[in-house]
Amino acid sequence: MNKRLPFGLAMVLLFIPCLLLGAFTHYPAFRALQNSFWNNSSSRRPSKFVGVENYQTLLQDDRLAQIMLNSTLYALGTIPLAIGLAIGMALLVNARLPGTSLMRLSFFMPTMLPMIAVANIWLFFYAPGIGLASQILGVFGLPPINFLGSTETSLISMMFVAVWKEAGLFMIFYLAALQAVPENLKDAARLEGASATRIFFNIVLPLLRPTTIFVAVNALINAFRLVDHVIVMTRGGPNNSSALLLYYIYEVTFSQRDFAYGATLTVLMVCLLGVLAAVQYWVLNRKAHYQ
Amino acid sequence: MKNDLNKIMWSTIGLLLAAVWGLPFLYSVWTAFHDEIYSANFVLNAPLTLENFFEAWQAAPFALYFLNTLILITIVLVANLVLCTLVAYAFVRYRFRWSGFLFALIMVQLLVSPEILIVENYLTLSRIGMIDTILGIALPYLTSAFGIFLLRQTFMTVPVSLDEAAQIEGAGAWRVLWNIYVPLAKPIYLAYALVSISFHWNNFLWPLIVTNSPEVRPVTVGLSVFATVESGVEWSLVNAATLMTTAPLIIAFIIFQRQFVANFMRAGIK
Repeated sequence: MNKRLPFGLAMVLLFIPCLLLGAFTHYPAFRALQNSFWNNSSSRRPSKFVGVENYQTLLQDDRLAQIMLNSTLYALGTIPLAIGLAIGMALLVNARLPGTSLMRLSFFMPTMLPMIAVANIWLFFYAPGIGLASQILGVFGLPPINFLGSTETSLISMMFVAVWKEAGLFMIFYLAALQAVPENLKDAARLEGASATRIFFNIVLPLLRPTTIFVAVNALINAFRLVDHVIVMTRGGPNNSSALLLYYIYEVTFSQRDFAYGATLTVLMVCLLGVLAAVQYWVLNRKAHYQ
Repeated sequence: MKNDLNKIMWSTIGLLLAAVWGLPFLYSVWTAFHDEIYSANFVLNAPLTLENFFEAWQAAPFALYFLNTLILITIVLVANLVLCTLVAYAFVRYRFRWSGFLFALIMVQLLVSPEILIVENYLTLSRIGMIDTILGIALPYLTSAFGIFLLRQTFMTVPVSLDEAAQIEGAGAWRVLWNIYVPLAKPIYLAYALVSISFHWNNFLWPLIVTNSPEVRPVTVGLSVFATVESGVEWSLVNAATLMTTAPLIIAFIIFQRQFVANFMRAGIK
């Protein structure tokens, strides 16, 4: 029945949304690319074309190297931990145990909170002396740790915050997937004398694979996109030990007012996400196996 | 018997994990409801107080921040629902040249979301003089690729026969949209609204960049300005303010727990 779209109707249906989308997604991406070849203007001189100079700066930027390492560690640390915990939580909530609604509430609550509230809660939790973390250490007679204030622990402390915030959301996806696992498959395995552990590893876990891929990809993109807690808790410090790429873009552009370098970093970010999307596409196309 | 024991064991493990998971939040709640002297000091019969909430409420214009967030959410939600519906309708019901290409272009926003493009979007906004306005915060989010995708998926499930029957009765494009497509997508609209509201209530980085004055700040930015601990605010006040600004979402979640979880699942599974 698909009719041809008359021009007038097309304008009404598509013009405004596409204009907005173009103005705030495609145009800025293009402008970032363009501006990355120019330097900053000042009141005395206009900006001029500098070719790949900004990209040379980028390659020699030691801070950026550290930040890319941080971002990678952050992604590699948070994603598997959050996924593992999410599967565990989903199994617990799905098992019809006494106290299920309390568990679901507790696991899902952090997901509902704004990242900024989560950051405040954890800032207090980690606070030296007064925070619960150092009090618990005190009970066991351990020396206090300055979680956010030392270069060894700041990134790991941020990772815990991210896992706490995200695992509950991933749990929901796994809960949906678990409810779609056919009972008769498990019954058949049980009749054959399979243990609960074997049923989990040989039947349930393979069926959760598409969910895991979906969650992992989203978590990966989020790991690059979510920096609210870095801004509030550490400002990337101490000594850049907890800075992530988007935070660096924010700082370069809006604290140092270096818009040209900010644009160059934006290009890097978009390319990075493009590569991740390509990998996602490739992986998802291969997963058809179980569906 | 063995089964029962198993159940008790797993239930204990689950509740233990839930308790550990809830600790940071509960610690914050404890501090918010007690006097400053009890904030690192657990005395079971310490007197409860609402003093921190009153004090925090008066220390910063939170009522204004709430109002700003409310306006922001309303603008974004209404624009999203209308614009995404129109675009999805065009893609599902009509064919036109370049439609596949245009759709791919729209889906780019799923990946390159406005958070990533803060640098150039800030420049655009300052060029058109929209810095420090609520509409300026909303602008990059007025159309949502996610919403378009979700509604297109839903509209594709509307039976063609219904559409044809309406046309035979003489209904035009707008009547068909309003009387057939929109009512059938109601659950999806609800799911999308919940996700959108919680996203924009929580959004922080972009509003932080765009706003300078309290008159336009949403609660998240207002909270961060208030809770900068270097400014010497007491922890009990920070925690009270944190709870206060998230309370509407928490209360809504506790009331609608089942629907919320179900809708998150529906909206999340693409």
